[in-house]
Amino acid sequence: MPTVITTDKLTKRFGAFIAANELTFEVEKGEIFGFLGANGAGKTTAMRMLCGLLSPSSGAATVAGFDVYTQTEKIKQNIGYMSQKFSLYDDLTVSENIRFYAGIYGMSIPAIKTKTTQLLEELQLQKEAKTLVKELPLGWKQKLAFSVSIVHDPSIVFLDEPTGGVDPVTRRQFWDLIYAAADKGVTIFVTTHYMDEAEYCNRVSIMVDGVISALDSPAKLKEQYNAHNMEDVFYELARNAKRKAD
Amino acid sequence: MKTLRFLLEKEFRQILRNRQILRTLLIAPVIQLILLPLAADYSVKNISIVVVDNDHSPISQRLINKITASGHFRLTGYTASYNEALTMVEQDQADIALQIPTNFERDLVRENAKQLFIAVNAIEGTKANLGGAYLNTIIRDYNADIRIRWQSPNPTAAAPATNPGATPSTASTITAAPASHGTPTANTPVPQITATSSNWYNPYLNFKLYMVPAILVVLVTAMAAMQSAFNIVQEKESGTIEQINVTPIKKHWFILGKMIPFLVLGIILFTLGLLVGWLFYGIIPVGNLLVLYASLIVYLFAMLGLGLLLATYSGTQQQAMSLAFFFINIFNMMSGVFTAIDSMPGWAQAIVATFPPSHFIKIMRMVVLKGSGFSDIVYPITAMAAIGLVLNTWAVLNYRKTN
Amino acid sequence: MKQLITFIRKEFLHVFRDRKTLLMLFGLPIAQIILFGFALSNEIKDSRIAIVDYSKDATTTQLISKIEASNYFDIQRTLATANDLNNAFKKGNIKMAIIFPANFGSDLTHTGNATLQVIADASDPNQATTITNYFNQIVADYNTSLAGSPSAAGTAGAATAQPMQIIPEMQMLYNPELRGAPNFVPGVMALVLMLVCTMMTSVSIVKEKELGTMEILLVSPFKPIYIIISKLAPNLIISIVNLFIILLLSYFFLDLPVKGSVLLLVTASTLFILTSLSIGLLLSINAKTQQAAMMGSLMGMMLPTMLLTGFLFPIENMPLPLQVFSNLVPSRWYFIIVKRVMLKGLGLTAVWKEILILSGMCLLLFAISLRKFKIRLQ
Repeated sequence: MPTVITTDKLTKRFGAFIAANELTFEVEKGEIFGFLGANGAGKTTAMRMLCGLLSPSSGAATVAGFDVYTQTEKIKQNIGYMSQKFSLYDDLTVSENIRFYAGIYGMSIPAIKTKTTQLLEELQLQKEAKTLVKELPLGWKQKLAFSVSIVHDPSIVFLDEPTGGVDPVTRRQFWDLIYAAADKGVTIFVTTHYMDEAEYCNRVSIMVDGVISALDSPAKLKEQYNAHNMEDVFYELARNAKRKAD
Repeated sequence: MKTLRFLLEKEFRQILRNRQILRTLLIAPVIQLILLPLAADYSVKNISIVVVDNDHSPISQRLINKITASGHFRLTGYTASYNEALTMVEQDQADIALQIPTNFERDLVRENAKQLFIAVNAIEGTKANLGGAYLNTIIRDYNADIRIRWQSPNPTAAAPATNPGATPSTASTITAAPASHGTPTANTPVPQITATSSNWYNPYLNFKLYMVPAILVVLVTAMAAMQSAFNIVQEKESGTIEQINVTPIKKHWFILGKMIPFLVLGIILFTLGLLVGWLFYGIIPVGNLLVLYASLIVYLFAMLGLGLLLATYSGTQQQAMSLAFFFINIFNMMSGVFTAIDSMPGWAQAIVATFPPSHFIKIMRMVVLKGSGFSDIVYPITAMAAIGLVLNTWAVLNYRKTN
Repeated sequence: MKQLITFIRKEFLHVFRDRKTLLMLFGLPIAQIILFGFALSNEIKDSRIAIVDYSKDATTTQLISKIEASNYFDIQRTLATANDLNNAFKKGNIKMAIIFPANFGSDLTHTGNATLQVIADASDPNQATTITNYFNQIVADYNTSLAGSPSAAGTAGAATAQPMQIIPEMQMLYNPELRGAPNFVPGVMALVLMLVCTMMTSVSIVKEKELGTMEILLVSPFKPIYIIISKLAPNLIISIVNLFIILLLSYFFLDLPVKGSVLLLVTASTLFILTSLSIGLLLSINAKTQQAAMMGSLMGMMLPTMLLTGFLFPIENMPLPLQVFSNLVPSRWYFIIVKRVMLKGLGLTAVWKEILILSGMCLLLFAISLRKFKIRLQ
């Protein structure tokens, strides 16, 4: 499997505070890579550096073969991103949101039309195509936001705590969408603090105080820490954390 | 280029869908433009005057009559002592106190000269300036008037009886010394220079002609700078701007996409404003509309640049509002809407020259009232373009997709 | 009581953490006082004028040198013909033009009367009237000197000075140099205090509503009146600090000391601040979003304050409905108090009526907002 993300001692400092310290890892194509950590552990900082939203302080990294210092715009061409706030425009309709994001990724109008029909069908939102996003229930918004973030068929998609605040059933449905995308060969890079979600990942890394303190498949981690589930693994690692959540 | 189309499509959808924005952007300014010129009337009429007549002579009586008949003054008091008159000025019951001293008439005749004492409340400079000027003119005319009566060979002509032939018109044309209106100047023909004055471009001294173009600029300014700043900061607060920042969109397309809708709104608002000026105040621009609109576009380019720049510096709506308000307030007060820029000291004029509204207000007044053409406004329009270029470049540089 | 202090401290922290808002809170009054105080002036001097002299004789030369000598005019250029005037006016280079017709001097000597023409750019009517008057003054003075000197006039009979001269002695009270500052300082005071109080109060309360923290406060055992007090306290203190900044700046930089009682001025200002705070409170109760609160304070409060206070435009010129309405604007009364106490040095006897009106407004507004706040709670 080719690697799509490689980092080497990737570091971000804010003044004296080291938010992410010498992160080194690789993510393979088509993998679902989980990025775990307590609040304030540095997950979001790491992800924002890889997306080109934040410049690293030191270290090296490439995403989809492009350098995070010099080729951020090239990276952006090849990735999708969905933040905690799942940034759709509340005052635009479902299909208008799809059209807008597809449009600014440079898709042609006929392509956008086909894609819109296909997306609405997959999400079973055909009836809601003309509904304003603000009128949708939270779970639907999240699913829509995910679909919109991969509307341009990126090779990697970054999901920053995508399932905050929804019920377990909707979360399950959301992960079905993620699996479907991964099956098509999209690499998924996801941060979460739901430990059951960690089980769905091919590999997880656990960050504590800005450092990656474990990285392996969930099964191997459980074995290594002699734990029943990921929750115990996480607790074992995180209880020594010095940093307080913000 | 293609992405711009989608950006614009989205912005227009959002603006058109939001009734509240449309109300604040278009309807409120139009109502303000209808009402504000009514309130913003700086023409000086109804100057209240208190008179202390210590002479009680025919000459002093006629002077008072002349002052009240001029149409500029309103006699609000007639007190026995100068101090009482000053108290009225203190309490804002009078703007001007005029004292005619005892023996005014006698000394004028015997000694050929006598003072009048005038005290003007100068806190409001314009009113003081004009009130003083009007009163001076009336006194000067009156002086010439009585001189003729007393000097005419027939002494009866000097009597208080009216002498219509010698009464010069004061209110309409200000003549410096209308000494010889066909009067019999047989004995001493003192040479006199007469100044006839005319007021071009605004012959009836209509203050609204002067204010409406400036108020329209003030309203367009508030719309452009504030709303463009708000719009971007709202996207920051809701997090959608981050979503845009991870797309490969070019910064300048994004900024253009934010700018064009407000440019269009600005042009619509301006057009509505010109219509209001025409329908309600009968103001039809003397100059070329093309000149006006070209200047408007350059102006909006500069002001939207300011809005974008402020947005890049603010994280919350409250901050954007504070910053925008800071600038708009100072622009409004300093750009010549209320007081002439020419009266400012040199350093202040240099500062004001960097305010885009000062140039656009100047252009508006020149084109609307005087019909100035492109060649006349080369300097202000170039200045606006230069400021706009600086502000926009700064905004683009300061807007970071990557932090 | 301890609770209240904790709460007030929290409110202060909100204000002081946000540098950009602080810039507006303190920067705006400072910048305004300095800029407006120094820069705004109603004095008209060095007006640029053009002269067209078709006569070019001794009289016109004399008059032109008199014009040059005055502070009021700056002769921009001498035009050969009056045809160029329109272009010069259109360029905005000149404010006024003076035309001496041909044979001006000889007309004056031979017929005893000569007429010159003054053309003013009346797009600014007030300026046009003022500078025309200045010019007329110069002509009148010249006429007097003509009468006084027989050689200049050349006629034998006019050996005596101009008879029966009325000499108006004009005194500009309170503000002899016609600076803008004396008028604008009280205006800026009214504006800034109003702005800080209404806008900041309403926005800070609505922000808590938007964030949902207001609900937390309301379910706490904290008394609602304490919430109101702690929201108002920082703005009250900031406004009083602002007041002193303005007064100190006026004293040191603008040479505008408080002529009357400082205590009276501060008391009246506090009353005005409290009135504005009550308005802010009232706005916040009705507004749902920060934007609505801002727009409400901006459109609803700022514009009426600017226009109907009387410091930009004389109220007596307005149409009657606006005049009546202006009585409801608190800053109108405050503006009068500041002018009388600060600039004219008058005492309580001169402003008791205005203070009474402000007190009435303050009590009424505060009572209404308190009542509404309570109703919302139940």
